[in-house]
Amino acid sequence: MDWRWDFTFETVLPRILPGLWVTVEVTFLSFALSLVLGLFLMIARRSTIRPLSVAAGEFIEFMRGMPLVVVIFFLFFLLPEIGIFLAPFWTGVLAMGIYNAAPVAEILRGGLQAVPKGQWEAAHVLNYSTYRTWRQVILPQAVKPVVPGLGNLLILAFKETPLLSFVAVPEMLDAARRIASETYRFTEPLTVVGILFLILSLFSAVLIRLVERHLLTETRHGK
Amino acid sequence: MSRSPIAILVPLAFLAGLYFAVFSSVAQFLPALLNGLTVTVSVAVPSILLAYAISLLAGLGRLSSIAPLRWVSVVYIEVFRGVSLLVVLFWLYFVLPEFGLTLSAYTAALLGVSLNAGAYGAEIVRGAVRAEPKGQYEACVTLNMPPLRKYARIILPQALVIAIPAMTNMTIELLKGTALVSAVTLVDLTAAGVRQNQLTYRTVEIFSVLALIYFCLAQIVRFSGARLEHVFNRHLGER
Repeated sequence: MDWRWDFTFETVLPRILPGLWVTVEVTFLSFALSLVLGLFLMIARRSTIRPLSVAAGEFIEFMRGMPLVVVIFFLFFLLPEIGIFLAPFWTGVLAMGIYNAAPVAEILRGGLQAVPKGQWEAAHVLNYSTYRTWRQVILPQAVKPVVPGLGNLLILAFKETPLLSFVAVPEMLDAARRIASETYRFTEPLTVVGILFLILSLFSAVLIRLVERHLLTETRHGK
Repeated sequence: MSRSPIAILVPLAFLAGLYFAVFSSVAQFLPALLNGLTVTVSVAVPSILLAYAISLLAGLGRLSSIAPLRWVSVVYIEVFRGVSLLVVLFWLYFVLPEFGLTLSAYTAALLGVSLNAGAYGAEIVRGAVRAEPKGQYEACVTLNMPPLRKYARIILPQALVIAIPAMTNMTIELLKGTALVSAVTLVDLTAAGVRQNQLTYRTVEIFSVLALIYFCLAQIVRFSGARLEHVFNRHLGER
């Protein structure tokens, strides 16, 4: 084995770091989309209109059994056929946003179910408006149990971004593969990408644990 | 949660119906997809077994009182949960030869998929063993049971039943993970679908069939998990 440090620092890192930025961008943009879509899915799932809630439930079930690559390729091929031309980057954001909406909906639903029924009844008895009930009673209590789940999902989404290299989104793995195909050296680029992923996901796991602890102590003071 | 066999039978029947229908476009690409399916299954089934063995070893290793064993398990779990499967697959296939270990595409796919799922499974096993009530351990001490028999006869059978639902989900994740093995040049179900799409441009049909097949596979896993849980619970009696 020969590991070349000069190659690592002069060629590999400068080309992979922009890819890291793309990875982070895709992660957060798609996750924001997932949150919005997931919220709508959750509302549909809880709806009293039976066909709507059944459809939402089946959609969630269906998406959970499907690999993300299939969704990515499907959108990548389908969108141009129906006349929508997007850059691979935005196709990727869209695919990951739709894909992760199902687990987001499940997590949000779990959070709402964790709020005891008595809280709704109490707000009703005190004649709170719908807005005030949600804003001051339900949401503050529903947010706390949701944070760890959403945090883990965010890390999962981050680790799913390399799949976008299949459709040539210029993220880290794509950059590494380009370097490898130009120089015939796989060792340095792929190892650097692996190490970067490892560092970032460990780092974000610690970050989420801190947020979680902060939320826990905050509510304890509140009571 | 647990679904009736109808949930599996209906899509399967629908698939069969699709196949026999005089649907020229489907007949055009379905054989290639089914070839891909055999590759997916031949990667998934051994990976599932290997991943279960790895989860058990690493999960128990992490709880072990022998420090080096614990460290090895922690490092393994953190590394494979931290790096995405696709990077692992590439690394196994393209970088390991540099270290003098050349794997065939099939072996690399098998190892990558099962090592990745095993890291998640190890955490499930650990949680399930930790969830065992303390009284069970104390009872074993009281009965003067040797450690090996304690685990084999008392702790693991109970812990593994608790772990079944989470392990079912892990297995479905593994199944979805096999869609990435085209990275190491295997032509699995997804890769076959993409290839057929480039030949025939039947995007909607191809990807609908693809999604349907993955859905059926996931349902089969979910159904067997529910069955297994039922059988084990009956065997262990009321608790």
